[in-house]
Amino acid sequence: MGLKISPNLLAYLAKGRTVILVSGTNGKTTTTAMVAAGWGGEVTTNSTGANMPAGHVAAMAASRGVRVVLEVDEAWLPEVVQSVHPAIVVLLNLSRDQLDRANEVRQMAERWRACLGDADSRVVIANANDPLVVYAASAAENVRWCDVPTLWLADARSCPKCTKALVHQSSAWHCACGFAKPLDDTTILREELFVDGVAVPLELSIPGRFNEANAALAITALKEVGVSPIDAAHRLKDLHGVAGRFTLRKWEGRRLQLLLAKNPSGFEALLSTIADDASDIWVAINARIADGRDPSWLYDVPFERLRGHRVWCLGDRRLDLATRLEYADVDFEVVDDIDVLPVAPEPVLLLANYTAFSEWLTRSSLC
Amino acid sequence: MLRIATLFPDLLGTYGDSGNGLVLAQRARARGINAILTPVELDDEVPDASIYLLGGGEDGPQRLACDLLAKSTFPSRVRDGAYVLAVCAGLQILGQSFSIEGDEEYEGLGAVDVVTRRGSERSVGEMSVQVGKKLLVGFENHGGVTALHAPTNPLGTIVRGRGNDGVVDGYRTANIWATYAHGPVLALNPWLADEILATVLGYELEPIESVADRLYDERCAALSSR
Repeated sequence: MGLKISPNLLAYLAKGRTVILVSGTNGKTTTTAMVAAGWGGEVTTNSTGANMPAGHVAAMAASRGVRVVLEVDEAWLPEVVQSVHPAIVVLLNLSRDQLDRANEVRQMAERWRACLGDADSRVVIANANDPLVVYAASAAENVRWCDVPTLWLADARSCPKCTKALVHQSSAWHCACGFAKPLDDTTILREELFVDGVAVPLELSIPGRFNEANAALAITALKEVGVSPIDAAHRLKDLHGVAGRFTLRKWEGRRLQLLLAKNPSGFEALLSTIADDASDIWVAINARIADGRDPSWLYDVPFERLRGHRVWCLGDRRLDLATRLEYADVDFEVVDDIDVLPVAPEPVLLLANYTAFSEWLTRSSLC
Repeated sequence: MLRIATLFPDLLGTYGDSGNGLVLAQRARARGINAILTPVELDDEVPDASIYLLGGGEDGPQRLACDLLAKSTFPSRVRDGAYVLAVCAGLQILGQSFSIEGDEEYEGLGAVDVVTRRGSERSVGEMSVQVGKKLLVGFENHGGVTALHAPTNPLGTIVRGRGNDGVVDGYRTANIWATYAHGPVLALNPWLADEILATVLGYELEPIESVADRLYDERCAALSSR
């Protein structure tokens, strides 16, 4: 980042405001949008996904509203927590992402833990099913544990505390050293959502079980600032798309549903939502700086689930993707020229990682 | 039949390393060879296998994997000539010792006479290595500096990136291939996958058509142009 932001500037802008921070590997932008939508009224937010201090300063300088929700890049969370003194910190999940930049996910959990252990009177809203999040959040004094479905646990097979093997049993997990899933959860999402024992009807307009989990954490955060969970859930119905994601778009006679996934856990979550209907799927992969320069993670994504579909391989690293699909026994086409992409009456799913998603967002327009 | 055992993928699988086993199995199957891919989990015994794969991992999991392997039959199998492909942390574990967290030295499996110390900075980026007449392309992300003691030979000579020490990468013994090119290095280098298969099976293989060849050509071109 070229611009060095003074921590004092962030602290100054945050003074006298109620700030909710949202961080995690996946779901930051969507959950931040959910908090903003569920809060109702005027809410200051960095809705463009500018999730580092320059973006936070820009968002808070543009409006003087008291209610603020900010998406925060995982690596920047400690600095932002220290300068902003948030009322609430929402911790969604922590998994491998852009390891060429961030190095190691366990180090990230250690840094989060270090910054949450001070005496500041904030409330941490944490995913109780993610051992790395639990490790980080358990240093905090006030935690609201949320028992929500979490698919990706490959980065937490060994204990974040002592590195021994974690034992996963049905919906719980523990380690011989005593580190275990917290049982005093106040938010539970199974068939239904319960917040403090009260059933909360959740009818989202955006797809995916992972978005229900995001909503559960957003609603729990809002309860801490005085918003009734039922009111918040009701307002979430009107959230139809987030920064171009999930909404139907058009491009050169085709209709597309753009889905963003930046890492193995994000891809796994999206793949689990794809219907088993043998439709064509487009997948676009880049490996630019914002994506992480190393596409090795394609081998951590269970692309085998796309057997029976035909996948059109797009993006700078389409050959890396095609090779991965060939070894997964999935039918594929390498698209060197996007003009040859088929025109079909049905909308096509387009899964893309970060910069590829941005390209397709620019190239297409709202239906 | 070809039995491929991926050792502790939960600990040593940070960068898509499980891809290597998949590539070996699929390229064997493409030649009509029955290949069985077995992930060896934390509580499993190390099984008989035609080749063992060791991947990369974070510091804590690397130490745990090393402890588990030291107590298993794996070191004696390697001494008896079992084939191994080891990348990144796996490369370090097979040596005499490695220093990762701070400067604390950790005892390795001692299968090869190499020692890894913590370098002054991490090496992160695309790399290429001249291996005989072939170029190996890959991505490295590690903080180690590895010294080879005679008679251990390197896998190849660094063209780009750091590898062991900025001069050479990995090592090659009669039964071990080791490289700092982490993750699915065999997906990027189909020639190396076939060389390993031919060595393990003990016979030459028919060439196969694969989109991986296009990927390899593209990465070679990309790495020579920048």
